[in-house]
Amino acid sequence: MASPFLSNTTISFSSSLSSSSLPRLVPSISSSPIRFKSTPRRILTVRSKIREIFMPALSSTMTEGKIVSWIKSEGDVLSKGESVVVVESDKADMDVETFYDGILAAIVVGEGETAPVGAAIGILAETEDEVAEAKAKAASKTGAATPSAPPATPSPAPAPPKPTPAPAAAPVAEGPRKTVATPYAKKLAKQHKVDIESVVGTGPFGRITPEDIEAAAGISPSKTNVGPAVVAEAKPAAPLKATAAAAAPSSLPPPVPGSTVVPFTTMQAAVSKNMVESLSVPTFRVGYPVTTDALDALYEKVKPKGVTMTALLAKATAMALVQHPVVNASCKDGKSFTYNSNINIAVAVAINGGLITPVLQDADKLDLYLLSQKWKELVEKARSKQLQPQEYSTGTFTLSNLGMFGVDRFDAILPPGQGAIMAVGASKPTVVADADGFFSVKNKMLVNVTADHRIIYGADLAAFLRTFSKIVENPESLTL
Amino acid sequence: MHSTLSLSQATTVPRSNYAFDSHSPSFALSKPINLRFCGLRREAFGFSNLTQSCSSRVRISSRGHSKKIVASAGNNGTPLKSFNYDLIIIGAGVGGHGAALHAVEKGLKTAIIEGDVVGGTCVNRGCVPSKALLAVSGRMRELQSEHHMKALGLQVSVAGYDRQGVADHANNLASKIRSNLTNSMKALGVDILTGVGTILGPQKVKYGKVGFPDSIVTAKDIIIATGSVPFVPKGIEVDGKTVITSDHALKLEFVPDWIAIVGSGYIGLEFSDVYTALGSEVTFIEALDQLMPGFDPEIGKLAQRVLINPRKIDYHTGVFATKITPARDRKPVIIELTDAKTKEPKDTLEVDAALIATGRAPFTNGLGLENINVVTQRGFVPVDERMRVIDANGNLVPHLYCIGDANGKMMLAHAASAQGISVVEQVTGRDHVLNHLSIPAACFTHPEISMVGLTEPQAREKGEKEGFEVGIAKTSFKANTKALAENEGEGLAKLIYRPDNGEILGVHIFGLHAADLIHEASNAIALGTRIQDIKFAVHAHPTLSEVLDELFKSAKVKAPASSSPVSEPVAV
Repeated sequence: MASPFLSNTTISFSSSLSSSSLPRLVPSISSSPIRFKSTPRRILTVRSKIREIFMPALSSTMTEGKIVSWIKSEGDVLSKGESVVVVESDKADMDVETFYDGILAAIVVGEGETAPVGAAIGILAETEDEVAEAKAKAASKTGAATPSAPPATPSPAPAPPKPTPAPAAAPVAEGPRKTVATPYAKKLAKQHKVDIESVVGTGPFGRITPEDIEAAAGISPSKTNVGPAVVAEAKPAAPLKATAAAAAPSSLPPPVPGSTVVPFTTMQAAVSKNMVESLSVPTFRVGYPVTTDALDALYEKVKPKGVTMTALLAKATAMALVQHPVVNASCKDGKSFTYNSNINIAVAVAINGGLITPVLQDADKLDLYLLSQKWKELVEKARSKQLQPQEYSTGTFTLSNLGMFGVDRFDAILPPGQGAIMAVGASKPTVVADADGFFSVKNKMLVNVTADHRIIYGADLAAFLRTFSKIVENPESLTL
Repeated sequence: MHSTLSLSQATTVPRSNYAFDSHSPSFALSKPINLRFCGLRREAFGFSNLTQSCSSRVRISSRGHSKKIVASAGNNGTPLKSFNYDLIIIGAGVGGHGAALHAVEKGLKTAIIEGDVVGGTCVNRGCVPSKALLAVSGRMRELQSEHHMKALGLQVSVAGYDRQGVADHANNLASKIRSNLTNSMKALGVDILTGVGTILGPQKVKYGKVGFPDSIVTAKDIIIATGSVPFVPKGIEVDGKTVITSDHALKLEFVPDWIAIVGSGYIGLEFSDVYTALGSEVTFIEALDQLMPGFDPEIGKLAQRVLINPRKIDYHTGVFATKITPARDRKPVIIELTDAKTKEPKDTLEVDAALIATGRAPFTNGLGLENINVVTQRGFVPVDERMRVIDANGNLVPHLYCIGDANGKMMLAHAASAQGISVVEQVTGRDHVLNHLSIPAACFTHPEISMVGLTEPQAREKGEKEGFEVGIAKTSFKANTKALAENEGEGLAKLIYRPDNGEILGVHIFGLHAADLIHEASNAIALGTRIQDIKFAVHAHPTLSEVLDELFKSAKVKAPASSSPVSEPVAV
């Protein structure tokens, strides 16, 4: 805690003065002064002392302070605990009081001037006799120790040697030109004590951006989710540049020149997060061909009544799940099975640039027509972005169908919180040989289930798929 | 056309007569304006209950006036019997609208001339669309503040925005308010005359669209309410794309990564709030030595601490932007800075865009002021404290008033409206002088800044001159329950008052909903309510208005409360 107050340049005059007995200035808020316990290691008996009054650190982020006003003037007698000076930090104006009795011999940093934290702002003499000496000291200080505008940052960029960011995107600088840094870049440079002159700007027109400073300071741009707004703009209407500069971490290869960075929308960010999370689950996949002639025939029959293929598949899946509850279960903690009492089929839907999974709740209990109706409502709500959380987050099993695009088979990623997901391909006419050697052409559809192997084993999935296949091949039960 | 209009005038006689009667007590004191008013409708007075002495005065003056009218109407050959309107207002901004509505209430036949769109600067290019943008920036700020959200127990993933959607919101708001304004005037029977209005002579105005023949109308009284346009200093080239004024910025056609804002007054400050919330970095350029000149220094300092320092904003003070070149030929916007004192070149900035917010210039060109011997001062129409126009010789121009930005007294929409109402009061027989010190002002940053009356230095100067003591009371939003519930404890309210008699000299507020809170103070100043009385008024708990309650209660007034502000106590 003492570091800002401790000065290496101890006052040369009194050699007996220990550095720990340097005057401490304590910030006090309003009338209730908070005093830090000064812990003098050893109190030395010193006859005469000239003490420097330092710019205190009034907040954790304070790097410099401005003298608002000196409450005391030169020659005033100070007693311990009295307010001496008002300092303006980045947060507030605070009265600063002295811990020592004495005489304010000289003011080094005047009102309205700025000094870095730890710099001497005034000289305190203990007795009248030392005032003159203190004044001389102050005179030597002035000029040397009054950096009124920017604080002296003698340490040029204590940044770990990082690969200089983005040489590829180096600007086309014509001849020597002055450094241009954005307001926030300057703020960051000050905060992280980065010498701005040593930074190579990668922004437009070679300007130094906040990202450049963060890279130079060796900090990850973690603050970016607070700071720059996400410009989710469809058409690049901006006359200068299309999108906000991307806050790309410097460790990534620099973007190909001319590339456009479009930040995720909220939905895309959620998808991204879920997909990464899925990597922590040990999954495996089991595929199964299903003959769909009977299902297709049924579909043709019920289609006029508003039944969709999605509803048929969801219903068939739900009915199969009734018989195989473990496939409808999930593993929340890696230690147990969580059996779900409801069978809620989530169905993945692509919605303008995003992906959402509206949930058909209790798909096993609702009849096909209700289910179809429900599904239509959900899709409509999803399109108008009016889905309530329970309408897309309560799935116990997910269905993903790319058959309508002609995809014959694919492999789905297991969404977090669920035990299994089924990827459905297109139903295609296929030549089939039966046990008696007769060839026939049947519509076959490949389904592929991805499951969490912590709870669902190969045999479970195989059994579930066999049941599912039977239901699809004899779909009459679906309409019951 | 004239004849038809004067016919319709005749139908308004009973209404005018009523207005006259209602003010008959002040009649004897009133200015010749009213006498002529009577003289023109002598017939109508046949059934009015005027006293004999009064009507004789009418006759005397009416003679003089009818002569004058014949002279002025002599230009087109046909002597006029009466005016087309009681009141014509040139300019349908907020000032003109306020005046028109009050004029109708007072029974005046009123017309308003507008060369552009109804609503003027405020509705179309000023306060109204900027509030839409600020509503967006306020929400963005909240959503982006992880710390703030966490403190409330909320979780929000990345907040984003659609620029076009934001721009549409501002535009839709403007058109909605514009149609509200238009409808309100139409419904009340105010004639909206389209075209640029020019004063031809006393009580006579011509108007017309470019390329169409002009129409000439006459009115007993004329109010100039032509407002203002953004002021662009010399050397600055506005291209409307990268170097813009508030007119362009409100359309929000693009959100630059880095924008320089020239001027740190209300307009600049509000735009810095919008741009930083939308992800831009901002550089202020201020000619004076400190940011936010014009605000109470203490409030300005706190505002800087909250609105400038923690945001992605830096600033150059004490410099003029002497030359600004828009972005072109693959070069950024270049701003040359010159030291305000030494006039020496100081620095050059390269930014993506520059917003010129250096104030507003009156829009008085082409008004025909030369026809009535009025010379503008830096474009402003000179007026006295009753908004009566003063001519080049220092004499009042009869029947001509100027309100709002065009007179430059107080360039605020609501000030213009208040001035307009004051003028209507005067022309309908009640002397009225608007107390400009009771007009509040607000800056809609997050949090907001509002003020009324004097700043502390102004009050101290006045106190020294007039020999009274100045008292200061302050309360913090940190002590207010509602502010804390909203997790918006940052803020300060400051009261400047006279401890001897309890007069409120000024109130300055920086904090949540400050713009809405100021009215308790401005009303108190307008009505002359003293602190020792208002401190007994009750405020609902918990509300932000308790900040002012606390403020009044913390003032140390020596004067006792007035005996009984409420006449009859009501038991419940």
